[in-house]
Amino acid sequence: MKMTKGKAFGIALYILFVLTPIYWLLNMSFKTNSEILGTLTLWPQEFTLANYAVIFTDSSWYSGYINSMIYVSLNVAITLAVALPAAYAFSRYKFVGDKHLFFWLLTNRMAPPAVFLLPFFQLYSSIGLFDTHLGVALAHCLFNVPLAVWILEGFMSGVPREVDETAYIDGYSFPRFFGRIFLPMIRSGIGVTAFFVFMFSWVELLLARTLTSVDAKPIAAIMTRTVGATGVDWGVLAAAGVLTIIPGLLVVYFVRNHVAKGFALGRV
Amino acid sequence: MIKTENNKAWFLVLPVFLLVAFSAVIPLMTVVNYSVQDILDPNTAFFVGAEWYREVLRDPRLHDSLLRQFIYSFSVLAIEIPLGIGVALMMPTKGRMASLCLILLAIPLLIPWNVVGTIWQIFGRADIGLMGWALNSLGVDYNYAANPGDAWATVLLMDVWHWTSLVALLCYSGLRAIPEAFYQAAEIDRASRWAVFRYIQLPRLKSVLVIAVLLRFMDSFMIYTEPFVLTGGGPGSSTTFLSQTLVTMAIGQFDIGPAAAFSLIYFLIVLLVSWLFFTTITHMDKSK
Repeated sequence: MKMTKGKAFGIALYILFVLTPIYWLLNMSFKTNSEILGTLTLWPQEFTLANYAVIFTDSSWYSGYINSMIYVSLNVAITLAVALPAAYAFSRYKFVGDKHLFFWLLTNRMAPPAVFLLPFFQLYSSIGLFDTHLGVALAHCLFNVPLAVWILEGFMSGVPREVDETAYIDGYSFPRFFGRIFLPMIRSGIGVTAFFVFMFSWVELLLARTLTSVDAKPIAAIMTRTVGATGVDWGVLAAAGVLTIIPGLLVVYFVRNHVAKGFALGRV
Repeated sequence: MIKTENNKAWFLVLPVFLLVAFSAVIPLMTVVNYSVQDILDPNTAFFVGAEWYREVLRDPRLHDSLLRQFIYSFSVLAIEIPLGIGVALMMPTKGRMASLCLILLAIPLLIPWNVVGTIWQIFGRADIGLMGWALNSLGVDYNYAANPGDAWATVLLMDVWHWTSLVALLCYSGLRAIPEAFYQAAEIDRASRWAVFRYIQLPRLKSVLVIAVLLRFMDSFMIYTEPFVLTGGGPGSSTTFLSQTLVTMAIGQFDIGPAAAFSLIYFLIVLLVSWLFFTTITHMDKSK
């Protein structure tokens, strides 16, 4: 299919629609509050980095980013560690209850987090995981592990069985085969899965906010405190918002060529 | 793929099973427990049977939010699926431009959900937001905080902005999987653009579209954060969807019994849909 002028115009228009609200946030983050509330300007008249300075110099602000990063990384590590062997089992073997188990896992991806909010809070408080990074990381496993198993299973099913059989005939044990041969073969699949797990843990707020109070509070929850007695500090709010977009942008850059396949859950 | 029978595979699945059981089964059983009891304080609880279920099923607030939820989810699908297919068809097929488009389209998906709400909250305000300001200076009386119609339009527009990229990326990957030979054959037959779309591209997109429809349905069915930040469910309760009703009930008013019964009904609806989803997908995998 060739690229025509009409198509190029259409896609440019859609991307403009995607970027304009983000541009507006970026624009606002470089303005002073008096300019934001004064006249509407399409770009900052008095360019300022003061809003970002507020965030980077106040530990109660930037610790939010650190907290989010810690629980997201923990979540990615835990999820991949348990999901890789499980996905291999689902893609290669039949076992008692496999279909039921797979479906049950999926229902957890589909469960509205609001349903689990209160019991989660009580469960995690009672075992001392409340307001810890590990607690949030474990809670996010609820929807990330099923997703990871699902995507990885799709990628693993794309590797022919003969690869496994040849390796066993050559005398490889299962752990050596899995680590040395199989995982490198699906590394793009693992990358994409890691990206998705990262993304869903990064964007989720309801559980993360409910399960934390001070020590592990995510940045997205800290943002709400820009609403002060004197009204909303729009500039700082915008700057904080812009900073939450950057990690995702960095990660998507690395998996850009595989992202579409990942969105199709490895099933294209 | 032919799979071998091997029950030792359970050992590979066990960690996942235990981890998910810990964070799913225990909370779920707690909810079931709450839904049949009247808990006055931690030491006094009465078994009330199906009382809470009856109460919840009669509650007009829930009927309203369920209706709103269905209207919302179906509107989301009706807009995002065709638009997503359109965007995917317009995307460049290879090279740097394709990568650039992929990254730019993926941006909304990577923004924390409350920031999405914040972005649109700012963008739609008449005093400081570009869209609100532009609409008002064009003479449209637009105010999402006071007018239910505008609030709906804004929440829908926000969802379209947020998630159409997902549909587009899915369709894009589906389109890339169509062999070039199909298009060459169509060219020899002098097939029209529409015929190419209708008889080559659309049938080939079926599997990704099923994923897209169901993911969008389910995720829009549990939407909470974005409308909560944008409109707080208002004006009135015009944009209060199921999850928000539930959170208000469980945490705001602490009506644990009815909230638990409501949770289970909510979960059952989702379960029914995900079962349909799962069987459709496994059915398609088989027929391949």
